[in-house]
Amino acid sequence: MMMNDIAQAAHAQEQANGRRVGDVILDLQNISLSFGGVKALTNISFNVREHEIRSIIGPNGAGKSSMLNVMNGVYHPQEGRIMFRGEERRKMDPHVAAAQGIARTFQNIALFKGMSVLDNIMTGRNLKMKCNMLQHALFWGRAQEEEIEHRMKVEEVIEFLEIQSIRKTPVGRLPYGLQKRVELGRALAAEPSLLLLDEPMAGMNVEEKQDMCRFILDVNDQFGTTIVLIEHDMGVVMDISDRVVVLDYGKKIGDGAPDEVKNNPEVIAAYLGTSH
Amino acid sequence: MQFFFEVLIGGLLSGVLYALVALGFVLIYKASGVFNFAQGAMVFFAALTFVGFTEVLPAWFGLEEGSKLVFALAFVLALAAMVVLGIATEKIVLRRLVNQPHITLFMATIGLTYLVEGIAQGIWGANVRGLDLGIADEPIGWIMDSANILVSKFDVFAASVAGVLVVSLALFFQFTRVGRALRAVADDHQAALSIGIPLQHIWAIVWGVAGFVALVAGLIWGSRNGVQFALTFTALKALPVLILGGFTSVPGAILGGLIIGSTEKLAEVYIGPFVGGGIESWFPYILALGFLLVRPEGLFGERHIDRV
Amino acid sequence: MFYREAGQFKASYEEDQQIFTIRQDRVGFYAILAFFFLAVPAFANQYWLQAILTPVLIFSLAAIGLNILTGYAGQLSLGSAAFMAVGAFGAYNFMLRIDGMPFIVAIILGGLCAAAVGIVFGLPSLRIKGFYLAVATLAAQFFIVWALVKFPWFSNHSSSGVITTQEIVIFGFAFDSPERKYLISLAIVAVLALLAKNLVRSTTGRAWMAVRDMDVAAEVIGIRPMRTKLQAFAVSSFYCGVAGALYGYTYLGTVEPEGFNLDLSFKILFMIIIGGVGSIMGSFLGAAFIVLLPIFLNVAMHSTLGGAVPASLAANLELIIFGGLIIFFLIVEPHGLARLWQIGKEKLRLWPFPH
Repeated sequence: MMMNDIAQAAHAQEQANGRRVGDVILDLQNISLSFGGVKALTNISFNVREHEIRSIIGPNGAGKSSMLNVMNGVYHPQEGRIMFRGEERRKMDPHVAAAQGIARTFQNIALFKGMSVLDNIMTGRNLKMKCNMLQHALFWGRAQEEEIEHRMKVEEVIEFLEIQSIRKTPVGRLPYGLQKRVELGRALAAEPSLLLLDEPMAGMNVEEKQDMCRFILDVNDQFGTTIVLIEHDMGVVMDISDRVVVLDYGKKIGDGAPDEVKNNPEVIAAYLGTSH
Repeated sequence: MQFFFEVLIGGLLSGVLYALVALGFVLIYKASGVFNFAQGAMVFFAALTFVGFTEVLPAWFGLEEGSKLVFALAFVLALAAMVVLGIATEKIVLRRLVNQPHITLFMATIGLTYLVEGIAQGIWGANVRGLDLGIADEPIGWIMDSANILVSKFDVFAASVAGVLVVSLALFFQFTRVGRALRAVADDHQAALSIGIPLQHIWAIVWGVAGFVALVAGLIWGSRNGVQFALTFTALKALPVLILGGFTSVPGAILGGLIIGSTEKLAEVYIGPFVGGGIESWFPYILALGFLLVRPEGLFGERHIDRV
Repeated sequence: MFYREAGQFKASYEEDQQIFTIRQDRVGFYAILAFFFLAVPAFANQYWLQAILTPVLIFSLAAIGLNILTGYAGQLSLGSAAFMAVGAFGAYNFMLRIDGMPFIVAIILGGLCAAAVGIVFGLPSLRIKGFYLAVATLAAQFFIVWALVKFPWFSNHSSSGVITTQEIVIFGFAFDSPERKYLISLAIVAVLALLAKNLVRSTTGRAWMAVRDMDVAAEVIGIRPMRTKLQAFAVSSFYCGVAGALYGYTYLGTVEPEGFNLDLSFKILFMIIIGGVGSIMGSFLGAAFIVLLPIFLNVAMHSTLGGAVPASLAANLELIIFGGLIIFFLIVEPHGLARLWQIGKEKLRLWPFPH
């Protein structure tokens, strides 16, 4: 599947202009992770540069989601080092990661089903809200101003993702594709510097995928957000990524620009299997 | 020293009583994933129904009061009533709440508690009744004579009944086809359905067995403490038992019961005097709380792993 | 055709954030407030004030407390009555032992005591969830009641822990008649309900709901589950504590620890289930329902059966109906009366058209 031609052209243009891919902001060194007896990740090392779009691909069960979970502190690896912006971060908790500017979406949609779209995205602004509980209870003056201030920011995100019409709908009632978009909105509301997306296009039809691609590229272009992306759709991966990491059975088998990785025999073998 | 043993043994034996109620919980939880808060009320219902029948059967059929026949009939009828209650609960309440979160089901069983109590008392009246099983609550002669420790015949009887029940249930779950089916259903309803396990039959069996256990528990409790409203809430003590033993383990229920029963009595006797007594009302819960912080799945329960 | 939003546009976020966004709702709300503050005390008889309205207000407050903990933050609690007890005995002791303690301050302090105890018993929620937590709250329920009876200091050395609350005097004005007790309860409950409503639609409320719905995801966006849950316990217990204090001061006059038993905790839980879990208005509806039901049953039975109704029959019927209603609401309308009210309003918007 190809993303639509207009977006593709724009992206090629950007690449031709030489986008400002910067220094390494996230460096994973020799990460090993196991659950009980199961080794999910074995000695994985790669880095992520600022402003780039880095994809992680691999067959099912390769450990991609686990990798993402390690990046934002949901899982703590038994071995290895994580350097985020030059600082050691192995034992980080998820909320510390959030405070550092890392946001993410989940494979199985982790929206708050009891709340509306607007409220869900507002929770993404949580770390930026400074008022305390008492001020909230009075809801006058500072608390109200803050609420309005953040509402304005959230409305920008809503406009960006074109979901104005459903802002008051409880998310449980939305179709799958829109839920994924709302989840992206919640992550964006935090104005992250690093965005981790776990299969953002899973289960979507062609049009939805094109929209999602467009949003991801726009986020990267307009806000300069670094994006790490797990995705199964090879067309998407090859088109929008700057660099790709390939995992298989918890090990890294490929790392580099999309074209290099595409032609790597090990990668091909992992996906297609070898003939016996 | 012998006083310590007396207290300990007394505690262990009252723990057996708690375990009997907890067994009912475990059965239903294992088979349907529902935490049946109304189990205590069902024990009460069972006991009350039994006693009620022993009272009216002689009048209806001209039988001799207190005879073995009346006993047996009352038992069978009470068991039938429990099965009906169980199946009605499953059909009317649980089936309608199939996809709701566990909390909702739990709250429904709280409502069920009140409902069952009201019905039980509505049918049979609210007077406190005695229940005589024909086994005296007197010390066992030879233990008394040799070691000077008070061990009641009745308590030993209760313990043996519980023991037999537990062993048979454990064997049942482990080795019979129905038992395996029950475990499958507890794990995953959909999957069990898809391999052809008849869910309705299974649930009928489970509630039947749970009803039987509740009846036995009710008879023994009622014998001990009289059949009264308070029985429902004494059964709440089964909750700490379950936490200690694990919600899905039959042997765990017994072990948990023994631990709760003994520690409760020992605490009351040895720590109680320093704080004015009455510790029994909350000690098991605090103990359970401590356990939850250290080992949430209980001694024998299954570890719950959340997938992100 | 009266209940229409036509022509009412919200031109700013401020307007969009109001509690009542539809003008008719706002007007209705002020009318209700006026009714309860002005008309009722003037015209209602003693029985209604003492036996119905005041307890409904008090239980609504406790229900709001439980709703915050269980409805919004998702932490099931079976110990609300115990926190009410802490509030009642706390306020009593502050009034008793500190000369010239103002009533309102004593109530607040009682609430804060309850909040502190709530935080302690809420600590386990950091590691355990669902009905395991419910069992932990049972520990709170039994332990607190036991402690209040066993340590005579709490009840000023009276037998079995019974206390008689002092007179309410605010700025020299004695609140001794049923009308005045009703008014002070109404005032306190109204203010606290407004604060609660603000809380639940603010960042704090959203954090609670996030932790309720999916705490892993909440943590990932930076919400700290520990702080959020303990906040919920603290606020919830505060509300229950104030409700407990009012229970003693404006309703019963004489209270004992055993009166704040498990049965009362269940009653409050039933109030939020029937009224609507996760709804401030539902707390009021549920409390009204639970208080009025036995009275209604009594009246119904008297009129159908005439003459003497055996107390046991009435009691059993109550049990059956309570239990049955809980199950009914959980199956048919898990969001309780509040949802039914909302549905009613939706239909009203279309009236007189069917759809």
